[in-house]
Amino acid sequence: MFENLSEKLQRAFKNLRGQGTMTEENIQEALREIRVALLEADVNLNVVKDLIDHIREKAIGQEVMTALSPTEQVIKIVHDELVTLLGKDTARFQFASRPPTVILMAGLQGSGKTTTSGKLAAWLQKGGHRPMLVSVDVYRPAAREQLRVVAQSIKANIYQGDTKGEPAGTPLVERLAKEARREAVITGCDTLIVDTAGRLHIDSDLMDEMAKLKALLSPQEILFVADAMTGQDAVRSAEEFHRRLALTGIVLTKMDGDARGGAALSIRHVTGQPVKFIGMGEKPDAFEPFHPDRIVGRILGHGDIMSLMERAEEKLDRKKSEEFARKALSGDGFSLEDFRDQLRQIKKLGSLQSIMKMLPSVGPFAGMQQMADQVDEKQFTRVEAIINSMTQKERNHHEIISGSRRKRIANGSGTTVQEVNQLLRQYAQMRKMFKGMGKGGMMQRRAMGMLGGMKGMGR
Amino acid sequence: MIQTLFGSLNEAQEPQKKGFFDRMKQAVSRTRESLGERIEGVIALTREVDEAALEDLEMSLIASDIGVTTAAEIIERLRDRGKRQGIRNGAELKDLLREHLKQILDEQQRPVAKVAAPPEVIMMVGVNGTGKTTTSGKLAAWYRAQAKTVLMCAADTFRAAAIEQLEVWGERSGVEIVRTKQGGDPSAVLFDALQAAKSRHNDVLIVDTAGRLHTKNSLMAELDKMRRTTQRIIPDAPHEVLLVMDATTGQNGLQQARLFTESAGVTGIVLTKLDGTAKGGIAIAIARELKLPVRFVGVGEKIEDILPFDSGAFVDSLLGN
Repeated sequence: MFENLSEKLQRAFKNLRGQGTMTEENIQEALREIRVALLEADVNLNVVKDLIDHIREKAIGQEVMTALSPTEQVIKIVHDELVTLLGKDTARFQFASRPPTVILMAGLQGSGKTTTSGKLAAWLQKGGHRPMLVSVDVYRPAAREQLRVVAQSIKANIYQGDTKGEPAGTPLVERLAKEARREAVITGCDTLIVDTAGRLHIDSDLMDEMAKLKALLSPQEILFVADAMTGQDAVRSAEEFHRRLALTGIVLTKMDGDARGGAALSIRHVTGQPVKFIGMGEKPDAFEPFHPDRIVGRILGHGDIMSLMERAEEKLDRKKSEEFARKALSGDGFSLEDFRDQLRQIKKLGSLQSIMKMLPSVGPFAGMQQMADQVDEKQFTRVEAIINSMTQKERNHHEIISGSRRKRIANGSGTTVQEVNQLLRQYAQMRKMFKGMGKGGMMQRRAMGMLGGMKGMGR
Repeated sequence: MIQTLFGSLNEAQEPQKKGFFDRMKQAVSRTRESLGERIEGVIALTREVDEAALEDLEMSLIASDIGVTTAAEIIERLRDRGKRQGIRNGAELKDLLREHLKQILDEQQRPVAKVAAPPEVIMMVGVNGTGKTTTSGKLAAWYRAQAKTVLMCAADTFRAAAIEQLEVWGERSGVEIVRTKQGGDPSAVLFDALQAAKSRHNDVLIVDTAGRLHTKNSLMAELDKMRRTTQRIIPDAPHEVLLVMDATTGQNGLQQARLFTESAGVTGIVLTKLDGTAKGGIAIAIARELKLPVRFVGVGEKIEDILPFDSGAFVDSLLGN
């Protein structure tokens, strides 16, 4: 598995502490780690080179702050740099002054144009629009049938048309497109989504066809649909599509997998066009406007910890959390009382599943995202009930909880002695784990202070 | 907490944006060069093969999706060789590179599993949109051309019109299809297909499965179940589990190969869409790290656009020969 960039940087920076400023020499290793992380995330090689130059410029001469570790300082620079690169544009859509607004979907084979067309239609419907779908993919077997089934499932209008035995080719494609637009006008649909055949950017005949379609329909939006798993080649296809069609936006699909999605950076910068949407699954509503910080977190291996931290900041009692962290890491350890407080705080953040899904897929939390689906939320309630059934004294001095007390607690909380035993065992383990954690990084420590209680409870 | 870690997002600076943007664009346009062109560049520039040449070469390998680790290892070997015997010039460097790449691939090539009694069961697996259905269709025709009797199983009961798509391929190759309705149980239709192939004494059964991301545990468990269903009826099957991978795939390909192997027992790779500008460098990383051979390559949308893998030709195309 990939190592989290923060962890790598920590290693690279172990000598930097105690030095006044960052210099060419002392950040050399860190820059190398950043470069590798970006390349492993499939960011284009030349984009990486320029990014590194830029990051070097910004980092050199910076004072090593006391509040932040050098790692955090550099991560912040990298993070800001990537967010700037991706831009802040979200899903703003061009609508035609005279309907229908035409949206042309373009991309390589298998990038997810048909699925995305359906999702886009569903998204527009939700926003009060009346979209019409049409497939002009007369080449791939059953492609038009696929869009028909998709349209049916979301109850969207579709122009089916009739190929009338006409051979597959540009004339047929143009006829279907023209008819569909007329149909949209007649039936009062305000948007027309045109799903096209997947094509290679070097297939000049099919690229010509795309240009003809554009001339015929004068679309307001030409969206380039790209697979999040694409590697270094992303720039080549995106650049050529952009050169021929002047794209207006990008849709990044299959983002529900574990691809880092560095291609987003590459495509964004070869076209200069914003990523407008991301596809997050196969269901029609698995479609979201794009947030640059989210993908930056992924590229850096931070999961969506940003949003999680934001939520934590908003909902948690900071003083209590810090108090807990201090106690947990010190010699005394935390009490069951403290533990219950933490549980209650975590509950405020939302379901355990949703929290675990926001954790990074790497580093100390590796595997937690995958575990999310197996978590039994009721466990949480049961644990709290058990602690509730203890006396104040028991909560603060767990060692006094004898066999008979355990029986009483089990009865009081509607659980069994085994469950009480299990909780006490896990509590003891956690206490030990926290005490040994003093050496961990700041972020790890904080996140664990907040979330550490969950680890033993998933089963 | 957030401030101390990343700073607030709203503070991201605006002013320099434009200049940076333009520089980026310029940078990226350089990548239009193929690995071959890049290597030619490296070679032309260097009478003598020095450290700088090797570093340039490493970058070129990374630019073809071979991956940081694998590229570093290949360069290390070349560097070693340079130290021991010297590398006279660019041409020799290129030959050595070609040899190394080919060797990584050849080490994994092994004879196809023996089939005790027909049918030979071939399962096609992979993430969404890599070309499983198209490859199934082409493969059916390829086996037919070798005078084998073939049956196909439409086990992608999830994606809209996947069954219809495979049916068209069946018509084109003159191969029958065992199917169910969309939304049906893939293991059930597989069971029927296995029974049918057995009783009809077909030589080959090609099973087209639904695309799935390797991170979806329940869908991966479904593949495992299909494999067990197969084993119940034909103990030594599936004989081949082919992971269909798009040649444009980046470093995520390794993770795909790893997790599909865990759940579905992948025996080989089919690299599709090699008629584009991506040359499938990830296959080198997969061969090296996961010991999986490439079995076939897809080079177009026509029925005959499938070829058994040839490591020499593949490396030549990767190097732009």
